Amino acid sequence: MRIIACLFIAFLSANASAAPHGDELYARHCSSCHGNDGKGGVGVPLALPSFLDSVSDEYLQKTIRQGRPGRIMPAFDVLSDAQLTAVVKHLRSWSDKPAPKEDNSVIKGNAKKGKVLFAKYCMQCHGEDGSGGKGTGVTFSRKRDLPIIAPALNNAGFLASATDVMLRDTITYGREGTPMTSMLVAGLTETDIDDIVSYIRSMEEAAERSKQALNGNGSDSPVIMVDSPYDLDETVANLKQAITDQNFTLIRTEYLEHGLVEEGKENKKQVALHFCNFGFLFKALSVDPRVGMFLPCRVTVIENDGKVQVSTINPKRLGKLFNNHELDEYCDEMYEVYSTLLEDATL
Amino acid sequence: MKAITRNILVLVLSSVATVLHAGDMLMVRTQQKFPEAMLTLQTSVKEHGYAITRVQRIDIGLTGMGYETDKYRVVFVGKPEEIQYLIGKYPVLAAYMPPQISIFAEEGDTVLVTANPIIYAEMITDESDRVIFQRWESDVYSVFDDIREADE
Repeated sequence: MRIIACLFIAFLSANASAAPHGDELYARHCSSCHGNDGKGGVGVPLALPSFLDSVSDEYLQKTIRQGRPGRIMPAFDVLSDAQLTAVVKHLRSWSDKPAPKEDNSVIKGNAKKGKVLFAKYCMQCHGEDGSGGKGTGVTFSRKRDLPIIAPALNNAGFLASATDVMLRDTITYGREGTPMTSMLVAGLTETDIDDIVSYIRSMEEAAERSKQALNGNGSDSPVIMVDSPYDLDETVANLKQAITDQNFTLIRTEYLEHGLVEEGKENKKQVALHFCNFGFLFKALSVDPRVGMFLPCRVTVIENDGKVQVSTINPKRLGKLFNNHELDEYCDEMYEVYSTLLEDATL
Repeated sequence: MKAITRNILVLVLSSVATVLHAGDMLMVRTQQKFPEAMLTLQTSVKEHGYAITRVQRIDIGLTGMGYETDKYRVVFVGKPEEIQYLIGKYPVLAAYMPPQISIFAEEGDTVLVTANPIIYAEMITDESDRVIFQRWESDVYSVFDDIREADE
C-alpha cells in the first residue's frame, strides 16, 4: 500500500513539474485547422511574420482562450495556463523577432468619423458591419494563392483580445503578405486611423449581444422525429416521393444495418434513405468543409411493435458544433427541408 | 485489492488517459496524401474493432454533377452489437448511427473530422450506457493518434 501511495505521489509530482510541450499541444489542438507548419487551412495562417511580429503574447493567449464565437475558432478553455504559454511559445518559434509588449493604452478617436472612413477604406474586405470575409478552408471556398480571409472585426473574441494600440498599428502599417495594406500609405492621417480604431471598438456592445445569442437557444432537440400513421413500406414510399418533390436526388435506400451484419440478415424494420441536392451541398461545403461529417442527407424509418417512427438529425442543433455563423442559413434551410419531408410523408 | 488501492490506480490511469480537446468536434491533420491517409484510417478503425459499413464518395457525386472539388469521402463505422443495442433501446439515436468520419484533402495534407461521440450521450436515459460513448470517444482519439503518428 505504501509503495503504491509513493508511486502515486511521484506520478503527480512528475506531472506537475513537467513542462508542457508546445509543439505537441499545437499538433493535437491547432494543426488540424492551422496546418502543421502554421500556413493555414480551415483556419487562418499563423506563421506569417507580419502577423506574429505585430501581436503580443497576451493577444495570442486571449485568442486561444476565448476563441472567435461564430467564426470557427473554438474557445480552448480546457488548456491550463502553462499549456497556453507553451503553445504561444511554439507559435513564436516561427519568427526571429521578439514578441511586442502589450500596450493597453486607450485610443480616443471620433467613432462617427471613423465609421465613414471604415466604409470607404475597410468595408470592402471586412464587410459593412465588420463581420469579415466569407468562407473558410482552402478546399472549396478559397483560392490556394490567397493567404488569408479578412477577419471579423466585430467579433467579441477578437475585440476582447486586440488592444487599441494593436488595431492602430495594424491599420497604420498593414500586414505584409496579406491583402491588408498600410492605411498611412493609402493616405489616411494618424487622427483618421484613431477614429477608425474608435469605430471598431464601438462594435463591442453588438459583438457581446451576438455572442450571447450564439450561446443561447441550446434547447433544440438533437433530432427531428415524428410518428407515421402508415406502415413501414408505405412510409418509405411516401418519403421517396417527398424527397423528389423537394428537388433532392435519392442516392439509395438501404437497411440501417447495411455493412454491419451479413447481407440478408439485416433488421428489415430499420431503413435509411440517403439523398442529396448537389448544388446545395457544394454551397454548404464552400462555407465550411467540415459539414461532411453529417452527409449525405438521410432519413431513418424504424418500426417497433407496429409503431413507425421517422427521424433525421436536427441541422439547427448540429450547426452549433461548427461555431460558424455562416452555416446558420444552410442549417435553417435544411431544417425546413427535413421538417417538410417528414410532414409530407406522414400526413 | 483494497478499495483505496483500486481507487488510486483508477485515478492514475485516468490521469494518463486524459486527452484535452476544445469542444464537441474532433479533428486531425496528416501530411499523408489522401489515399495513404484513407488507408491509415481504415486500418486503424479495423484494429480498434470497428467495421466500416460504407465509404460515401462525396467528391464523385459532386464532380459528376459538374462541381469542382478535391477528394472528399465520408466513412461510416461501428460495432454491430453496439449499434443494434443502442438503436433498439434508443430509436432516437438512429439518425446518428452508425457514426461517421469525414476525410478530405486540403492541398497536400488530409484532414479528418468527426463529431465527438460523447455528444450522443445526451440522447440516452440510462446513464450506465454512457460508457459506450466514452469508449468510442477514446477510440476516436486513439485512431486520430495513429493517423498523426503516421507522419513521424
